[in-house]
Amino acid sequence: MDQEHIKLSAEGVNLSFGSKQVLKNIDIAFPEHQITALIGPSGCGKSSLLRAFNRMHDLSSNARIEGKFNLEDQDLYEKNISVTRVRSRIGMVFQKANPFPKSIYENINYGLKINGIPKDQRPGIIEKALKESYLWDEVKDELHKPAITLSGGQQQRLCIARTVALRPEVILMDEPCSALDPLSTLKIEDLILKLKKKYTIVIVTHNMQQAQRIADKTVFMYLGEIIEQGDTGDVFNNPKNELTGNYVRGRFG
Amino acid sequence: MKRLTPVIEWGTLLLSTGIVVFFLVVILLDLTIKGMPALSWEFISTFPTEGMTKGGILPAIIGTVLLTLITAAAAAPFGICCAIYLNEYAAETWITKLIRASIRNLAGIPSIIYGLFGLALFVQGLGMGTSLLSAGLTLGLLSLPYIITTTEEALRRIPNSTREAALAVGATQFESIRDVVLPSALPGILTGLVLTLSRAAGETAPILFTGVAFYINNPTGYLNQEFMALPYHLYMLSTQHHSIEEVRPLAYGTALVLLCVVFFLNLTAFYIRYKHNKNGPRAH
Repeated sequence: MDQEHIKLSAEGVNLSFGSKQVLKNIDIAFPEHQITALIGPSGCGKSSLLRAFNRMHDLSSNARIEGKFNLEDQDLYEKNISVTRVRSRIGMVFQKANPFPKSIYENINYGLKINGIPKDQRPGIIEKALKESYLWDEVKDELHKPAITLSGGQQQRLCIARTVALRPEVILMDEPCSALDPLSTLKIEDLILKLKKKYTIVIVTHNMQQAQRIADKTVFMYLGEIIEQGDTGDVFNNPKNELTGNYVRGRFG
Repeated sequence: MKRLTPVIEWGTLLLSTGIVVFFLVVILLDLTIKGMPALSWEFISTFPTEGMTKGGILPAIIGTVLLTLITAAAAAPFGICCAIYLNEYAAETWITKLIRASIRNLAGIPSIIYGLFGLALFVQGLGMGTSLLSAGLTLGLLSLPYIITTTEEALRRIPNSTREAALAVGATQFESIRDVVLPSALPGILTGLVLTLSRAAGETAPILFTGVAFYINNPTGYLNQEFMALPYHLYMLSTQHHSIEEVRPLAYGTALVLLCVVFFLNLTAFYIRYKHNKNGPRAH
């Protein structure tokens, strides 16, 4: 591997919910302006790992997390750090599009408002975010319609727009296409590829073709551990570990 | 033999339904037929006269409306906040389970007990006397467990992904509840609140010792005074009056008005739910 700038990293991560350990001694690093795919069978801990970076486990009272998480030089679990600041630097797109029960415009405006962006700057940012997510042309005449009236794919692009409007440094995506039809999926993949010029992207996916189409790096996880990580081409075509080979060839999963 | 069974099953279910509907229809018809003649603009807009044998039930209507408003003002804020705490903040420990079980049990306590408790606490303990305020607070206590339970259910129906959506754009937990969760749950919360109030409006026992009066001739509406209420008025007319036969039409009229008030509140709840389902169908 050549020298890449590491944007986001974690070391020695253990995570358990109650007595169930879901992540075991994870070391991982995500290079800047690249797309890293997390793959592995259901329950292997890839979503849990993803959600540890923007501290989504904070509200689960039975979650116990240890390890060191860093965004650049910033320790994400440092005592004095504001968790809302972490989450606006590390955006997240969820498995099922979850727009707020508000208008299209308000969906993006809300994040700007609570993050203290001045009122006069917001309309410009909203337009830019919608253009960046290739949604502007489809919604520019109906910005005040409820977001719920959009199609599933449009809703997911709105959720991406809502995320990029906050100018995060990293975008975490938790199976963003799993509820979408193939055409909407391709549109989102296209969008993700364009977003990587500005953002560092980590995507959890169950779709092997998707990982190969968009990811620069791929990480294979199994039973809470990282089995293999490397360039996507190597992981899929030259896996070092037998488990990885069996999984990417579809022998289990 | 085998072919008879479904018929019997079906017949039993139909018969049970029939019996329930039959009694419901009989009650409603009886009340309507016997109550209608008493109803008039004068009946709902004047004070009773000549020892209750003539005149209207205006003070009882005003009393019930004010009582319900006080109940809502006393119980809704505490009930809703308590439900938010239990559902959104409290960890699922044995203490929260105990609290939740206690609330469910409170909902099963006979209303006369609330009446005695209100008498001891508000009327005597806090020195509020028998008054509109004491009775309203007592009914508020009675309504709390229902409001907490229905609010918690409304909150539980909001999927976690909605909360996470707000957190992920940098909202604090409080902001996510205030700006996203509560607005989504509001129709459910309001429906539960209105249904609870319609129940409270028809209660007699809790207000019996705490402030309701057989007759008042001064304008109602002072928090520190006794008041008239529809359910108690009905009870007096049907069992305690010196010439029960003579006032029977008025009793039926009062019953019909009380029924209409409760029905109107239920209709409001139904309307809120209908409007919500039409405007914001959410798939989850």
